[in-house]
Amino acid sequence: MRSFYISFVSEFYKSRKTLAFWAAIVLPLIICGLIALGYYYDSAKVLKYNYPGMILWFKYSGAALGVMGMLILPFYVMFMAFSVNNIEHKNDTWKTLFSQPLNKFSIYAAKYAYAVALLFICLFLFALLTYSTGYLLQMLVPKFTFNDYNPAIILSKLYGKLFLASLGILSVQFILSLIWSDFLKPMGIGFVGTIMGMITGSVGWKYAYLIPYSDPTLALGSSAAAKKANPESFAVFTQEVWVSIAYGVILFIVGYFILTKRNIK
Amino acid sequence: MNTSFAIETVGLNYRFGSQTVVKDLSLQVPKGSIYGFLGPNGAGKTTTIKILLNLLQSSSDKVFIFGKELNSNRTACLKQMGSLVEQPAIYAHLTGKENLINRCILLGINQRKVAEMLALVGLTSAANKKAGKYSLGMKQRLGIALALIADPELLLLDEPTNGLDPNGIIEIRNLMIELAGKHGKTILVSSHLLAEIERTATHVGIINKGELLFQGKINELHDLSKPVIKIEVDDSAAALNILSTTGAEIIDMDEGLVKIAYTGKAEMGKYNSLLVNNGVTVYAIYTEKKDLEHLFLDITSKN
Repeated sequence: MRSFYISFVSEFYKSRKTLAFWAAIVLPLIICGLIALGYYYDSAKVLKYNYPGMILWFKYSGAALGVMGMLILPFYVMFMAFSVNNIEHKNDTWKTLFSQPLNKFSIYAAKYAYAVALLFICLFLFALLTYSTGYLLQMLVPKFTFNDYNPAIILSKLYGKLFLASLGILSVQFILSLIWSDFLKPMGIGFVGTIMGMITGSVGWKYAYLIPYSDPTLALGSSAAAKKANPESFAVFTQEVWVSIAYGVILFIVGYFILTKRNIK
Repeated sequence: MNTSFAIETVGLNYRFGSQTVVKDLSLQVPKGSIYGFLGPNGAGKTTTIKILLNLLQSSSDKVFIFGKELNSNRTACLKQMGSLVEQPAIYAHLTGKENLINRCILLGINQRKVAEMLALVGLTSAANKKAGKYSLGMKQRLGIALALIADPELLLLDEPTNGLDPNGIIEIRNLMIELAGKHGKTILVSSHLLAEIERTATHVGIINKGELLFQGKINELHDLSKPVIKIEVDDSAAALNILSTTGAEIIDMDEGLVKIAYTGKAEMGKYNSLLVNNGVTVYAIYTEKKDLEHLFLDITSKN
C-alpha cells in the first residue's frame, strides 16, 4: 500500500508541469467559461424563451455535456492515457522506474489510478463549474430562472455516469499507450474507435454498448431519454456503464500481465 | 550461497529469441570491491546489468545479491542497489533538483539529501535548470547522483564516464575510489575501455559474446601479461637450439626473431653472450611487456 501511495505521489509530482495534468483543469474552465460567457452576453436571446428553472438548467448543462460527451471526452482520455505513459517512454525511464525497490504491481496500479484520477478531476470540475457558473449567471442576470431548480443531484449523477462510462475507453487507450511508445498508433486506433462509437451509438445498433468508445454517447443518450419522464430518477448503472466498468477491470488486469511478461528495454 | 559476494551469478544464461546473449556466466563480485566489468560493445554487459536489476527475467536460483536470490527477494535486493544503466534516465521536463526530489519520493527518503547529492556531482549551480537542457556530461552526473541518493550498498554503473570530459572522468574515478575505500560500497562498473578502469578496479571480469573469459583480481590480470625477451638474430633455428639447452622457456619463434620468457636481467645477459659466443649474430635484444589493453584485445579476440 505504501508503494502504491508513493508511486501515486510521484506520478503527480512528475506530471504536474505537463499538459496532461493541466488539461484536466483548463479544459473544463475553458468550455464552461465560454458557455457561461455566451449565456451572459446573449441573455436576452435565452430569456426570450421563458424557460422554467429545470429546463434552463438542462439547456445550460447540456451545452457542456454535448460537446464533452461526444467528442472532447474521448480525445481527452486518449491524450491523457498517452501522456501518462509517454512520460516514461520519452525519457526512457521505464527501466529506472522498475529498478526501484517498489512492488511492480504498485507502480503499475499507481499509474493507472493516476489516469483515472485525472479523468475524475476533469469531470468533477465540469460538474462543479456548470453548477457554480449557473448561480453566478443568476446573480449577474437576475431575470434567469436558475434559482428555481437545484441541479446538484442531476449534475452529479450525469457526470458520475459519464465518468464510469469512460473507464472502458481509458483502459483500452492506457494499454495501447503502455505497449506502444509512439503517438500515432494509440491515437489512430482511438480515433477510428471514437468515430465507430459515435456512429454505432447514434444509429442505435443493438450491440453498440459492447464497443467501449460508444459507451459515453450511449450513457448520455439513455439518461436523456429517461429525463423526460422523471428527470432525477434515471439509472446510473445501465448496461453500457456496466460494460465500461467491466472493460476497465479486465483490461487493468490484462495490462499488468503484459507489463510483467514484457522485458524492460 | 556465499555471502562474501555482493553479486554472484551461477551459470547464468540469457537469450533474445534464438540469440544467446549471456552464456553460462558465473560472476563473483566480492563485497567492497570495485569490479571492472569489461567487454567490447555488444558483449552482453548491459544485458547482464539489466538481469541483475531484474529488468530482464532470469530463471530462478541463478542470481544472488548479497547472498539473496534475486527473483524471490526482488524488492529487498533492489533496496541495496543503485544503478545507472546506459543513457541516464531522467525526466527532461523536470529540473535536475526535481529529478532528485522525485527519486526521494519514490524511495521514501528525506529530501535534504538532494542538495548534498547536487554538490557531490557538481550540479548545484545547474540545479534549477531543466534536465533536458543539460549537456551529456551533466546528464551523466545527474544519473550518478540519482544512483547514489539512496546510499546503496551496491552500485551498478554502466559506462558511467560516457560523454564526460577528462576532468569529469577523473572525478568519477576518485568518487568510486572514495565510495569503495571509505564507505565500503561495492561497485560494479562496466566499460569497453580497460585503460579507463585499470586504475580504479580491484577486480576484473572480461566478457565477450556473452561468455566470461577472465575473472580475478587486477594483479592476476597483470600476471597474465608476463614480460618476454625478444631477440632478433640472423639464424633463429640455431639460436633456438642454443637457448633450449639453457632451459629457457621458448614462447614463440619467427623468421629472425625468438621470444623467450623474461626471468631477470642476469639471465638476459647470459643468453646474449651465449648466442654471440656460439656464432649467432644478435641484432637486438630487449624486453617487452604486453600492456593490459593489448592483453584485453588478445583475450576478447580469442573466442
